Amino acid sequence: MASIKLEGLRKTYPGNVQAVKGIDLDVADGEFVVLVGPSGCGKSTLLRMVAGLESVGEGTLHIGDRVVNDLEPAQRDIAMVFQNYALYPHMTVFDNLAYGLKNRGHQRDEIERRVQEAAKMLEIEELLPRKPRQLSGGQRQRVAMGRALVREPAAFLFDEPLSNLDAKLRVQMRVEIKQLQRRLQTTSLYVTHDQLEAMTLGDRLVVLNGGRIEQVGTPMEIYLRPASLFVATFIGSPAMNLFPVDYLRERGSGLLDDLPEGTDIVGIRPDDLHIQAPDKRHLIVESTLELFEAAGAESHLYVRLEGNDQPTVIRTAGQPPVTEGETLRFHVTREALHPFNRESGRRMGV
Amino acid sequence: MQTKRMTLPGGWLPYALLAPQVIVTLIFFIWPAGQAFYQALLREDPFGLSRTFVGLDNFARLFNDPLYLNSMSVTAVFAIGTTLLSMSMALLMAMAVNRLIRSRHAYTTLLVWPYAVAPAIAGVLWWFIFHPSIGILPYMLDMLGYRWNHRTSGTDAMLLVIFAAAWKQIAYNFLFFLAGLQSIPQSLIEAAAIDGASPFKRFWSIVFPLLAPTTFFLMVVNVVYAMFDTFGVIHATTQGGPAQATNILVYKVYADGFVGMNLGSSAAQSVVLMAIVVALTVVQFRFIERRVNY
Ligand SMILES: Nc1ncnc2c1ncn2[C@@H]1O[C@H](COP(=O)(O)OP(=O)(O)OP(=O)(O)O)[C@@H](O)[C@H]1O
Ligand SMILES: [Mg+2]
Repeated sequence: MASIKLEGLRKTYPGNVQAVKGIDLDVADGEFVVLVGPSGCGKSTLLRMVAGLESVGEGTLHIGDRVVNDLEPAQRDIAMVFQNYALYPHMTVFDNLAYGLKNRGHQRDEIERRVQEAAKMLEIEELLPRKPRQLSGGQRQRVAMGRALVREPAAFLFDEPLSNLDAKLRVQMRVEIKQLQRRLQTTSLYVTHDQLEAMTLGDRLVVLNGGRIEQVGTPMEIYLRPASLFVATFIGSPAMNLFPVDYLRERGSGLLDDLPEGTDIVGIRPDDLHIQAPDKRHLIVESTLELFEAAGAESHLYVRLEGNDQPTVIRTAGQPPVTEGETLRFHVTREALHPFNRESGRRMGV
Repeated sequence: MQTKRMTLPGGWLPYALLAPQVIVTLIFFIWPAGQAFYQALLREDPFGLSRTFVGLDNFARLFNDPLYLNSMSVTAVFAIGTTLLSMSMALLMAMAVNRLIRSRHAYTTLLVWPYAVAPAIAGVLWWFIFHPSIGILPYMLDMLGYRWNHRTSGTDAMLLVIFAAAWKQIAYNFLFFLAGLQSIPQSLIEAAAIDGASPFKRFWSIVFPLLAPTTFFLMVVNVVYAMFDTFGVIHATTQGGPAQATNILVYKVYADGFVGMNLGSSAAQSVVLMAIVVALTVVQFRFIERRVNY
């Protein structure tokens, strides 16, 4: 068990590609931290630096109480689960799990015991004699997990481990990973670009953009108070709607008077646009319903605002009695408004 | 799989289209092979005036001839030496290039050149390098206290032909090894590094086993090359000498048949060689079908 501490971490690839541009992060012992961000934002690079697969450009990297900048991957006491699983194709599942233990000189009966234990935990006991090519995608994923946890490392590193699975299996494995991590209490860094995975798995989220941290916080903190326009639109599905503040002001009483200084753009989550008038003070916007999308328990209404071309999404529970093309009024309360400054991209106010 | 099928109007057209290939094969492969089988059963008098049918006598003599048995072991040493040397050099080079991450094309192309060189030219090249009086290598070896002379020392001669033959084959092996190495996902090596395997261990426990299909394929190709395709190398350097030390089977067919004019024995020797080629080919296909171990 160990904490992980990144101080001013940078990485520039040949050709002056700045993949990571100064990252400071503390991961507490036993914590599950998810790195999330769009493709190319440097998530994998950051994780691979922690693993020792990529040299640390600048900065200091601590695992436990050691500075590990110059240590080989094997000496860092971490285990990694790769996106393509990276199982050794010519070895049986048993040998895949045992490989790391053998290299570290464990006794044969000790290896046997630990492999069996890990296999039991992941319910892959009957797969032990098989070769990786004889396994389904989900089973390979489990074996890759098993290979990581059989060594009982100080930290797990995951690089998009679920992205090769189908939707159903992905949800199932997500739950299992969470439960395993709870049980083992092993410090974990998990990379994904799937925001749902990020929200559900992490004790804390780190939202990355262009090699920098946009925001760090618990999933709910990030959802409820996104620190920047980028985070606001990246986390949450469908994405947050953005309105110029003047547009709303024209429609809305004194409701916007207390917005912080510097606010010129306002974000509103699709859930916070109500078709029924709430009994609090609210403002009313007229729109035309362009497309109605029923998604089972919820529906998405794509509307076009009067005097504003920006496409806007409303999310409601169930199926409201609406028809495409009709004029739709929606209502917004003060609490639903997220104030931002367009130029700096930051959230305004405290 | 659906294959598109085209029907030719019946009659002569399909035969006409196949004819050129069939005719070439008949004239240059089947007929000579048939001749070899036939001649292997005959014995000619020294002046080529009469022939007698002797059955399998040529073969019987062959396998009792100490010179032929010597040629077999010479061939074995030569083939194994050439294969080991060219494959290990090629693997080393392929690993070095693979490390330079994902192909520097210019470098790769340069390394392929030797393959385009004819065996005889390769032979002459090495003959010059190793020439006891004008070669650069004997000169340097002399400074180290070794007197190189492949005209008197059988060992030196064998080394010379192995070098010459292996050098030419390195390029070919290199290409296959490089392709093999590049098809091993980098993440496997990384996973092994995290699993605590040293670079040496990573090579022997991950890379080498995954290269097994390539290695096996190349092994057969190289043995076939060394046994049958190196006539030019031998002819341009040692001509089988000194004292039969480099007289490999293919060269002996030529030497006995066209120099010694013993056509019956020479034909019998070619039949034996044909049998070896067939055997090697069968081994190769059996293994490739099974795709080796993983
Ligand atoms: N070996 C490399 N050499 C040069 N540039 C690289 C290398 N690896 C990554 N990069 C660049 O660094 C940036 C960050 O890459 P990285 O793989 O960390 O992104 P990522 O966030 O993991 O993206 P994804 O979600 O697509 O996996 C990208 O612009 C990428 O092109
Ligand atoms: Mg990545």
